[in-house]
Amino acid sequence: MLRGTPFHTRTAPLCQAQNWRRWAGYVVASSYELTHEHEYHAIRSAAALIDVSPLYKYLIRGSDAERFINHVVTRDVSKCAVHQVMYGPWCDEAGKVIDDGTLQRLGEDSFRLTSGEPNLRWLQDIAVGLRVSIEDDSDATAALALQGPTSRDILKDICDADLDQLKFFRLTFGRITDIPVTITRTGYTGDLGYEIWVETAQAIRLWDALLDAGRPHGITPTGILALDISRIEAGLLLIGVDYIPTHRALIESRKSSPFELGLGWAVRLEKDGFVGRSALMDEWRRGPAWVVKGLEVDWGSLERNHAVVGLPPQLPATAWRTSVPVYAGKKQIGYATSGCWSPTLKKYIALAHLRSAHAERETQLEMEITVEHQRKRALARVTDLPFFDPDRKRD
Amino acid sequence: MAAAKAYDAVIIGGGHNGLVNAAYLARAGKRVLVLEKRHIVGGATVTEEVFPGFKFSVLSYVVSLLRPEIIRELDLPKHGLEILPLESTVTPMPNGDYLGRWADHDLTRRELYRHSPRDAEAYDDFGTLMYHLAYAVKPIMGMVPPDPTSLRPRDLRSLLRLGKHFRGLEPAHFYALYKLMTMSSADYLDEWFECEPLKATMSASGIIGTFLGPRSPGTAYVLLHHYMGEIDGVFRAWGFAKGGTGAVAEAIAAAARRLGAEIRTEATVSQVIVKHGRAVGVALEDGEEISARVVVSGLDPKLTFLKLVEPGELPADFLGAIRRYKIRGSSGKVNLALGELPSLTCLPGNGPHLRGAISISPSVEYLERAYDDAKYGEFSRHPYMDIIIPSMIDPGMAPPGKHVMSIFVQYAPFELNGGWNDQKREAFGDAVVNTLAQFAPNIKNAILHRQVVTPWDMQEEYSLTEGNIFHGELSLHQLFFLRPAPKWTDYRTPVTNLYQCGSGTHPGGGISGASGRLAALEILRDG
Repeated sequence: MLRGTPFHTRTAPLCQAQNWRRWAGYVVASSYELTHEHEYHAIRSAAALIDVSPLYKYLIRGSDAERFINHVVTRDVSKCAVHQVMYGPWCDEAGKVIDDGTLQRLGEDSFRLTSGEPNLRWLQDIAVGLRVSIEDDSDATAALALQGPTSRDILKDICDADLDQLKFFRLTFGRITDIPVTITRTGYTGDLGYEIWVETAQAIRLWDALLDAGRPHGITPTGILALDISRIEAGLLLIGVDYIPTHRALIESRKSSPFELGLGWAVRLEKDGFVGRSALMDEWRRGPAWVVKGLEVDWGSLERNHAVVGLPPQLPATAWRTSVPVYAGKKQIGYATSGCWSPTLKKYIALAHLRSAHAERETQLEMEITVEHQRKRALARVTDLPFFDPDRKRD
Repeated sequence: MAAAKAYDAVIIGGGHNGLVNAAYLARAGKRVLVLEKRHIVGGATVTEEVFPGFKFSVLSYVVSLLRPEIIRELDLPKHGLEILPLESTVTPMPNGDYLGRWADHDLTRRELYRHSPRDAEAYDDFGTLMYHLAYAVKPIMGMVPPDPTSLRPRDLRSLLRLGKHFRGLEPAHFYALYKLMTMSSADYLDEWFECEPLKATMSASGIIGTFLGPRSPGTAYVLLHHYMGEIDGVFRAWGFAKGGTGAVAEAIAAAARRLGAEIRTEATVSQVIVKHGRAVGVALEDGEEISARVVVSGLDPKLTFLKLVEPGELPADFLGAIRRYKIRGSSGKVNLALGELPSLTCLPGNGPHLRGAISISPSVEYLERAYDDAKYGEFSRHPYMDIIIPSMIDPGMAPPGKHVMSIFVQYAPFELNGGWNDQKREAFGDAVVNTLAQFAPNIKNAILHRQVVTPWDMQEEYSLTEGNIFHGELSLHQLFFLRPAPKWTDYRTPVTNLYQCGSGTHPGGGISGASGRLAALEILRDG
């Protein structure tokens, strides 16, 4: 049997759809209701409660903790204040991305790092000789994401922390009812939202408390299908889908650097030696060969392609996660890795790896679509990411 | 001469390689005859009903490396080949725990994590590296070995191709390959893992069929072979053949017959007839002579060149190389008919773990001590065992509700102190059952019948010299351009029109059929 998360006894009876999927060896709900639409709209207009416990979590502590993490990740951790959170990738010596995640500075010498893949061995091997301990906290800590415009109101009703003062990508400690939690103002939806980290033994009580307090604010248990659409709108990459972690890449061309993933902003070449720095320096000098950008598929082009067979545009009901060719003229210059119809933006959007020469904003390209069993090409325009970035996320 | 009709080729030995060879020659329109000494074909690839109602894969028991091109080209599934997956490996531990590796990646990861969080991650990285290295050496498995000292254009072309191929290897992979070639499997795995039963079970694949221990240098290379099957793009080309291993030979024989080959059983060849340096046919034990344009031997090099060919027909240096060829048997088989399933102390009762392999390899030290016994002429008192229960996968192997168990046992030296006899055979069987009973206490009462096969039995009954299951050890000094002897690795022999196609030629070992196929292609090149 696959494991249920610490919330499984609560999520299982709620899952009317019996629609489950795997995530890091756990089963999690794809959607609770028979369709995911209400859950998606909870993210954007109310509050969604999402079980994100399968994330890998590592506690990194010791007097060399900052020095160690600064050597691992591409961001400058010396600039990370206590109670600040940083998102970023980490690389191998060749400057190719191993994983990406958030780093919480819990104290001067204490951090929690989250990741999509297991990283214990990588971290331990780099830590040799440093005064730092790395503890796999994945099973001991459960996590819930509370995302959406009413999420703050819900927390304010039951949490003793000062949430009005908690800025984007900051964390605080507090109690929800009487349950000790860490609250980070982070998320994978691009909306106002929080992630709540709790000792596994308290997980069920936390779920109950949030659901009770959230009812007047439209709280909705939400599955991965809805989350997937919101994270594409937010331009957030998914490991194993939008890029292949370097340790799992069988051939060189499957690996990506942070620059190629559009994460150049998270690479601090000016800081002292970190893993992959010299390779990234070289790449920065010559410029990356690829870059991940957004594509907006042209509605008129979709209409024309479908009109040929007598249909209106057929839109994907859920986000897709397949590799789709992208063309400039006759030449394939890239591939999209995830895409969806954005219910909020009313646009067909996709994340795509593009050759740098074709990645300029507003460049007109074509993305492959399938119309009645036939491969066609729809016009698509290159955009910056994120597609959707509401003010409330930071306010 | 009794030769009523002349054959294009007569093949000595109806083992799987002989049958593959015959099928390919027949496919090219040749008139082919296979001569098998026993009453059934298959050689060591054989299923026999040793005890009424119970079918035993008497010797070879899993199919791991059967070449996908052979399956395709001979259309073996149409001729009855059906490979069922062996999905898991469970290693019982002396403390009552176990280490399981399952078909599902997440389950395996969680299980490894339970023993060692680091190993859970290392295991995936190790798999990726092995994938790369197996991909790198794959061309070698499918090519006729070139002679590195020769200036013949064909050899030079092959060497050039190999050189180019290896130059394309990533430096990290090149170094890893070099380490694999030179290190012991225990040392190599120590660089990766810390969990003892994991290291031991993985290192066991480096010692199977060799007279070496997990700490003997050179054994690491054999680890790679376990990953070869995974890169050929044939989903689950490894596993257990429905009907037992003999079904593989039956399928190849059926394909060969369909292509026009004749197969005679109970026909023992006593001599290869050589005239003026050319093979012209064979003589049978009963005096019958069969002439053929080409004679192909699927037997091991010792039998072929030291028993069937007059010494005067062979150059002295070649004969010397064949005499020095290492073919020490090191393993035995114990096959059990069971009235009930074994119940493991670590995982009591029936369960998915009984559909896979059970490996008695609790630690590297355990394996090395098993080898120590053999080094000094004794069978291991606590041997390494690779156990499967074929009736759990294919119910047709035993009567309903009953089971057969196949136990591969190492070490059992051919050169046993005082020699093998009935008493020693049973003592060996007892050592195996007693060891197993430490992990599955109900086993003794479950046994309805016990078949013990020693290296001596393998030699006498199955014509495997010294009971070596690979027709010669798979150690580096006997592989590729040294298998079985320098200069004679292209399936030809010093006797014109006499060819070899058994596991004693490149790439050798396991039920791959590669030797039989490559030999056929060489014979057809010669016309």
